[in-house]
Amino acid sequence: MRLGAQIASICFAVFVFGVVFEMVRRRHLRERYAILWLAAALVLLLLAAWTQLLRVLASAVGIATPSNAFFVVAFAFLLLLVLHFSTVVSRLSDENRVLAQRLSLLEERARPVDDAQERGDAAQPDVGEPIRDRPARRIRAGSRP
Amino acid sequence: MSTRTSSFLAVVPAYNEASSVAGVVAAIRERAPEFDVLVVDDGSTDDTARRARETGAIVVTLPFNLGIGGAVQTGFVYALERGYEFMAQVDGDGQHEPAELRHLIEVMSADPSLDMVCGSRFLDGNSGYAAPIGRRTGIHWFAFALGKIVGQRVTDPTSGFRLYNRRAIALFARDYPHDYPEVEAVLMLHSHRLRMAEVPVRMYLRDSGQSSITTGRSIYYMVKVSLALLVGLLRRHSVVEPGDPAPVSAPRGV
Repeated sequence: MRLGAQIASICFAVFVFGVVFEMVRRRHLRERYAILWLAAALVLLLLAAWTQLLRVLASAVGIATPSNAFFVVAFAFLLLLVLHFSTVVSRLSDENRVLAQRLSLLEERARPVDDAQERGDAAQPDVGEPIRDRPARRIRAGSRP
Repeated sequence: MSTRTSSFLAVVPAYNEASSVAGVVAAIRERAPEFDVLVVDDGSTDDTARRARETGAIVVTLPFNLGIGGAVQTGFVYALERGYEFMAQVDGDGQHEPAELRHLIEVMSADPSLDMVCGSRFLDGNSGYAAPIGRRTGIHWFAFALGKIVGQRVTDPTSGFRLYNRRAIALFARDYPHDYPEVEAVLMLHSHRLRMAEVPVRMYLRDSGQSSITTGRSIYYMVKVSLALLVGLLRRHSVVEPGDPAPVSAPRGV
């Protein structure tokens, strides 16, 4: 790798590391999702700074130009990150579905209380009355303004 | 509506612990009867919630698995909302001995400036706790790092057998780490000038089920918690204070 390219790669890796670390510090990024980014930045920094290692790696896998080996490693990390975030998105969408279902079931369960309030049963202070026959499903009275 | 009968709450986080959770609740009832018991069923796929409810404990079932941090924080929020003065955490797998809660209470009431009292397996040396060497190395590394940071001897930073007072409950209800929370929690306490002490306790190896910590995960555990400690050191407040941006805040700019 030429010296200019080497300096640029080192700066890039340090920049990525710094930005990710600062985002964790400001709570914009959870540690769990920062670890892979930080690992990528560290490995790229190592390869950029230690040209001998990059050359050995390049010749081992048959890449003529060492800087291309650098790009291959960077690309592999990007693939890994995208795959990781795909699994995270899948889990989040599953959790979101479960939350929506639980919320709508809870709303349905709270409807007798709401209806009683709209009919003006507010004269009776205990809005929990209509569901008193279902002790297991007590709903906190006055949770609506 | 309040089901509070005491000012002590024992929170039992349980994820697929159907075979042991009832025993844990019964043991708390028998050996630490001053505690109300709240079982946080962390999205179990087995009978954990039903078994716990049969024992008469209060049971909160999370809609999906949040992990130990989210489950225990549910307990903190519950304790805060219902006005409990003290909250203890007792794991649902039966490794903690509820009779030892008495020691934690004694230490905390002897020194009112203490906000957390933590049961330690390693404090008196003859606890008989034989963890695998890898796990013990990890525990000792965190004990060493935390000791340097908080300027106080910490022997068992990963112990989940803890008693919290009202101040610690309020702090952790606001913010508590998502996964492997115990080590970071000590740092959070320290950076908010809350105080802790350790008490020697016996612990059992797990009754049943699988520890959440396997070999692959233990590497993640070490890296994640070390990173969190480092980042936590560089934060002004490791828990959000009144007036700070919300922990989950709307995106600004790009």
